[in-house]
Parts: sequence; structure tokens; C-alpha cells
Amino acid sequence: MSGSIQDTFFEECEELLEATDEGLTAIEGGDHDPEIVNAIFRAVHSIKGGAGAFGLDDLVAFAHRFETVFDEVRAGRMELDGKLIQLLLRSSDHLSALVEAARDGGQIDEAHHDTLLAALDEYIPEEEEDLTFEPMGLGAPAPVTDLGIMPATPAEPQQETYRIRFRPLKEMYGTGNEPFFLFQALRDMGDLTVKLDETELPGFDAMDMSESYLAWDITLVTKDSRSIVEAVFEFVEGLCELSIEGDGDAEAEANALAALDAMFSAPAAPPAADAAEGEAPAVPFEPPVPAPEPEAKPAAAEEKASAPKAESGMQEQRGGPKPTLRVELERVDRLINAVGELIINHSMLAQQIANLDVSDTRDVETELEGFKNLARDIQEGVMAIRAQPVKPLFQRMARIVREASAATGKTCKLVNEGENTEVDKTVIERLSDPLTHILRNAVDHGVEKPEDREAAGKSKVGEIRLSASHRSGSVCIEIKDDGAGVNRPRVKQIAIEKGLIPENAELTDGEIDNLLFAPGFSTAKEVSNLSGRGVGMDVVKNAVTGLGGRINISSTPGKGSTFTIILPLTLAVMDGMVVSVADQTMVVPITSIVETMRGSDDMINSLGADGTLLSIRGNFVPICDVAGSLGLYRESDRQAGVYLLVETETGQRCALAVDDIHDQRQVVIKSLDGVCGEIAGVAAATILGDGKIAMILDPESIIAASPTAAAFDTERRMSNAS
Amino acid sequence: MKTKVLAIDDSRTIRNLLAATLEEAGFEYHCAVDGREGVDMYPNVDPDVVITDINMPNLDGFGVIEELRGTGINSKVPILVLTTESAPELKSRARGAGATGWITKPFDDASLIFALKRVTGAAA
Repeated sequence: MSGSIQDTFFEECEELLEATDEGLTAIEGGDHDPEIVNAIFRAVHSIKGGAGAFGLDDLVAFAHRFETVFDEVRAGRMELDGKLIQLLLRSSDHLSALVEAARDGGQIDEAHHDTLLAALDEYIPEEEEDLTFEPMGLGAPAPVTDLGIMPATPAEPQQETYRIRFRPLKEMYGTGNEPFFLFQALRDMGDLTVKLDETELPGFDAMDMSESYLAWDITLVTKDSRSIVEAVFEFVEGLCELSIEGDGDAEAEANALAALDAMFSAPAAPPAADAAEGEAPAVPFEPPVPAPEPEAKPAAAEEKASAPKAESGMQEQRGGPKPTLRVELERVDRLINAVGELIINHSMLAQQIANLDVSDTRDVETELEGFKNLARDIQEGVMAIRAQPVKPLFQRMARIVREASAATGKTCKLVNEGENTEVDKTVIERLSDPLTHILRNAVDHGVEKPEDREAAGKSKVGEIRLSASHRSGSVCIEIKDDGAGVNRPRVKQIAIEKGLIPENAELTDGEIDNLLFAPGFSTAKEVSNLSGRGVGMDVVKNAVTGLGGRINISSTPGKGSTFTIILPLTLAVMDGMVVSVADQTMVVPITSIVETMRGSDDMINSLGADGTLLSIRGNFVPICDVAGSLGLYRESDRQAGVYLLVETETGQRCALAVDDIHDQRQVVIKSLDGVCGEIAGVAAATILGDGKIAMILDPESIIAASPTAAAFDTERRMSNAS
Repeated sequence: MKTKVLAIDDSRTIRNLLAATLEEAGFEYHCAVDGREGVDMYPNVDPDVVITDINMPNLDGFGVIEELRGTGINSKVPILVLTTESAPELKSRARGAGATGWITKPFDDASLIFALKRVTGAAA
């Protein structure tokens, strides 16, 4: 049971940490809304509360210091200056690290932990009491036994008789405490006799209904210890006159007094026997008169009046957060699979109907169209369930940039844009690593050192812009820094040294930039802590490609570099054009197709030995024969006569030659990972209506492999350059 | 008749813990995510006891106690404060507002139930 609650706790922590980060970022940006401080305080406080329940002591201790500093800020005793904000940001990062360590059982950086604690302590006033937080409850055997619920205490307990005198003050009744229930609690502990003492009741005429006149004499015979008996009256402490005397008290008290006497060698204390007699003056364990109680109420009320709306605000306004439902991802996955089957099933039905030898199928086809629309609605609905804003991911990235800046001694600011852009959850998860790497690189290699920036006439603080947007069925993530840009001569030199390109290679700027993605390429002079982890940008590229996406770099010397990642919205379903290539059925993603056309002979021109160009409205586009580039062989003599004009991310256009176009439809993407290795030109597979498997093509890599396209592209760029 | 508990806490974790503990012990559990919602829900739930957190958005625990004890609702129902702090000023402020008692977070099941019994006389 507590396991699943602990999971909830970690989920909640994520949200709370996000809120903390968001608040701190807002404060860093100069927003001084007191509600932001309140919200952060509450978030950290909730983390502490939950962590306490699970005995996560490190987390509790750190959250407590963090929270205490915030409490100071909240109370207006401390100014949020730049230095403190930086410390709080780092503390918030560390809090995330602690939560992660608690969840995944990892190690934390002790030295860093202690440094931060010490730094936070400097902001905490001396008198701040030590944290008395006992991890209790769930899991660990609770030290509750002395609270009286657990029947057996280890040592054979002795029966004891307690005489309790209990006289509530009128204030007690105002707090919802009820003597009867206290007696019930006592009754559960042993033999109880309750005697009402009504001697103070005045005559009926003199009675003030708001006064308290009654008192009780209680005798309890129990095996429970004195502290348990006292615990019953815990809540009415100070709201009543109370004395509790036990048989053993006389002896214990005498011993205690003797000890005291010995210590202070004071004159003999009043005879201990007094206490044992029972009628001794009551010794309440709190002053009988409730201290400044009457003051408290107006004060509290006043405070409330003076800050009526302080607690409202930000997105937490009433009716603000939409009600949500937490569902295991696995269930959604199952649903998505089922929807995928439904879509496949629809195409199968459609095919069956088409094959039927019936003259009039119009009615059925109309219904089938309705079925198709419904299936699409369901699919969109299911996809929407998995869609999440990239905000949490982006916020984590702020942390990466801070860490990277600290490690390199640079100052960088991360600006997020379009963080409400929604993307499939799995895509978001798998984006984390590539983004982390690119951002670290941006700080480490992209942004210059503060002095160099100043010399170049830029602000000392580097700016990295991370933005997300939807672009016709895809997601576009851009990471843009305002650093020095790619050092092209150096990149080229390294590539030559590493044997990636021949010494006399003539490369365009774009080609040089793209060398960064070449396997085994690294520009770092020495292996730095940050990016020199043996992981290069090629890994980033592979990760993005693995998501069915593309990555690009563009750079302007002195102005900075931009990485653009284009990803599919979802990894499950896409719109595709069903084509045939050398008697095989294949699917081309709609997103990459610009237009389709049936070509005639006069549109085809030859280029070089066996290259062909397609002339479209006066422009020439290289033709890439899909069958040829996939190594397929046509059994029929039918020639490719249909062209799909596609455009790559770099703006390169190419006409894919296929045999025929059959249909445009939604296909369910079935990954080939783990089924077979990577196949150039093939992105994934799908199941068609007739139950056959069709490959989903990757136009980008088909073009990359086409010699005609490559030759033509070089020519195009050379003519552009001249 | 089960004893009805209205728990007000902005932390989902704590609400889940309370729900688990209280339902296990045979209480009827209701919850609200902040003070405002708690006070608004109060008349409908008509609980036998209220457990409230202190630090909450919209309306904090003190606000909850004041509103419940205040003229509008004028509740006599026991209100237990669930708090991570055990500072005496906090207890006295809560009591000044009319709180019945307090439970320190992290709570353990047994003392929570014990406290509830003490203020409601509940058998369950």
C-alpha cells in the first residue's frame, strides 16, 4: 500500500519541484509577487511533509532549511537579492537531485550538499530551533506503543491506579473538545470511575451559560503508563485544571525530590506524603489560566483582514486547475494499440468490401466512411491523452544550463519559448538526453567566456533560447545560442586530422557545420567535465533519428548557432501515402511530400552518366528511383512513372520515382527496433488492410543515398555560391 | 454509522496517506485540496471531525478554523490541525482560532486514530 503512495509522492514531488523552479525563475526575472514566494514555500513544505512520512531524512532536513529561508523571505525579514536567488536556484536543483536519489537509490554529492546547507544556514537566524522531525509511521515499526493503542508493551506492566482531577475552563468548550470523549478514551485503557463534582454550580438564576462550572474526579486503573494517560489530555493542555496522580507517584516523586535536594542541598522539601494523599493542591502540568489566549483570536482575525487576498493568485485561483485523472501509461498504451488495430481493421473491412462481387456497395461505403471518421476521432482523442506540454522538460533544461554554466565559469541564461506546445509523452521523455547534450554543448562550446563576450561587444551573459512549436504535423524544437558560432576552420581541421574528410576537400559552410554530427567528432581541445563524456553530437543525431526526427545546425560566425530538431507529434500513427515500388507496397509519410505528379517523357532530362532530372514548371529536380536505391528489382517491365516531390530539411528537393500511388491513409507505425537492424531508407513498418506488412520509407535517407541527388545538390550549391 | 472525516490538505501524498489510514480504520473519508474547497465542502459533507493542514493555497488552515468556527457556519465539530511544525506559537495560534488539537506530520497511523477517537469518541 505504502509503495503506491510513495510513487504518488514522487510524482507529486516532480510537480512541486516544477512549481518551485517556475517560481524561482519568475523571481529571477524580477517578478516580486508575494504569492510566488508563498507558492514556493508551500511546494517545498509539501515535499518536506511527504518526505517525512517516508522517513527520507536527508530530503526532510534539506527541504526544511530551504523552506526556513523562504519563511524568512515570506515574513519580509529578508531581501531576495541576486546572490540569494542564485543560491535558491542551486538549492532547488539539489532538492531535485535529492528526490531523484531517494527515488532511484542513487548517491548524492555530499560535498555539494554540505556546501549548500552551510550557505543556506547563513540566511537562517540563530534562534531557529533544531529540526525535531522523527521519522515515524509507514514502514518502520512505529514508536507509537507508548501512545496507548498497541495493547502490549514489552516489559510486563504493572496495574496502577490514577486519580485524575479534571476541571475544564470555559475556553476548552470553544475548541471542540468534549470531556465525554476524553473519558471514553480513558475507559478504553482500563477500569474507569468518573464522579461529577458539581459543587461549583451556582443557583439556576446566577448561572452564566458561557461559564464552565463542572469538574470531575476520575479514577483509572490501568496498565498503561503515565505518559499515555497524560496523552489523553494533550489537546486540552492549558484549557483546564488538571492533576494526575498515580500510586507510584509518591515514591517516584520522593526519589526525584531527594535527588533534587542532593543536587542543590536545599532545605527539606515539603513532605512527599502530601502528594500521595490525593487531596493535595492540584499540580496542573500547564498553568491553569490559559495564557494570552483572548489576544490570539483578534490578532489572527486582524492578520486575515489585512492580507485578504494574499493567498490567492497565480494559476491557483479557484477553478483554475482543471480536474485531472492520473492513469498508468501502460493503460494508455494498450488503448493506443487497440485503436491502431481498429484502424487496421477498418482498412481490412474496406478492402473486403471492395473485393466483394456486389453491384451496389454505396450504402456500406457510406457507413464505412462513418466508421473511419469515428476511428480517427478516437485515435485523436487517445493521442491527446498522451500529449503533454514540453514545459517540465524545458524547466529541467534550465537546471542543466545552470549546472553547465557553473562548471564552465560562464554566465548563461536560458529563455524558454512555446513551453505549452504539446507533444507525445514518449517523445518528450526521449528528447531529454539529446536536449541535455545540446544545451551542455551550447554552454561549453557555443557561448564565449564573459570577457570574450564583452570584447565582442555583447552582453556578458550568454543567452540560450529553447523554443518549441508545431509545424505542420511535426514538432519543431530549436536551441539557439548567441555565442561565437561554429569555428569552421577548426572544425574542418579536426575533421581532416581525424580522417573524416580528405585534406583537400571543398566543403560548403553547411557541410562543415554538419561535420559536428559525424561519428567520433569532438571539438573540445581537452576532455572537459561537461561534454567530454565520450559522447558526441552523433549520439544526439542518432537519438533524434531514432524518434523519426531530424536535426539540423545552422551557424553564423560571431552571432551564434541554432540547432533545429523536427520530430513527429506521435510515435504511433501517421498519415501516409500508399505507393507501390517494384511490386511492393510501401508507405511514404505525408509530411515530407510537397506534391505528386505523373511524369511524361518530355519532363525527364538526363544528367551525367545515368542521372535524370525532372523538369517541373521550369525547375529541375533530381529524380531518385526508390526501387533502385532500396536495391529492389522489378519483375514487370513497368517503369516508374509517378513522382513524389519531397523536400528535405535543408531545403533540398528531390523527386522520388515510384510505380503507382494507391491511397492516402492513416497507418499504424510498428517499430522495427529489435526486429531487424537499421535499414537505410526504411523508417518503420505498418500493417495494411489485407494484413500484409508494408515498409514505411524515410525519404531523407533515400535521398542522402542517391548519387544523382547528391551530385545535383553540390552543383546547385556551387551555382548558388558563385 | 461511520465517523465522517473531512481532510483538507494540498499535498496529494498526505491525502493518500490519510485516506489509506482512515479507511483502513473504518472511517468515512472525504477530502479537499485547499482551505477554500474544504470550507465550501463542509456543509455538504457534514463531517464529524475535520483534519486540516496549515500551509495551503487560497485559504490556509487558520482561515479554515476561523471560518468553520465563525458566525457563518458556527461549527462545533472538532478540528485537528495536521502540521509539520510543532512550535508552541503555532499550536497556540491554532487553538486561539478554535482548533481542537493537532497532529504532527509525519503522523503514524495509531496516534492519528487515537487522536481522532479522543476528539470524536468514535469507536471506529
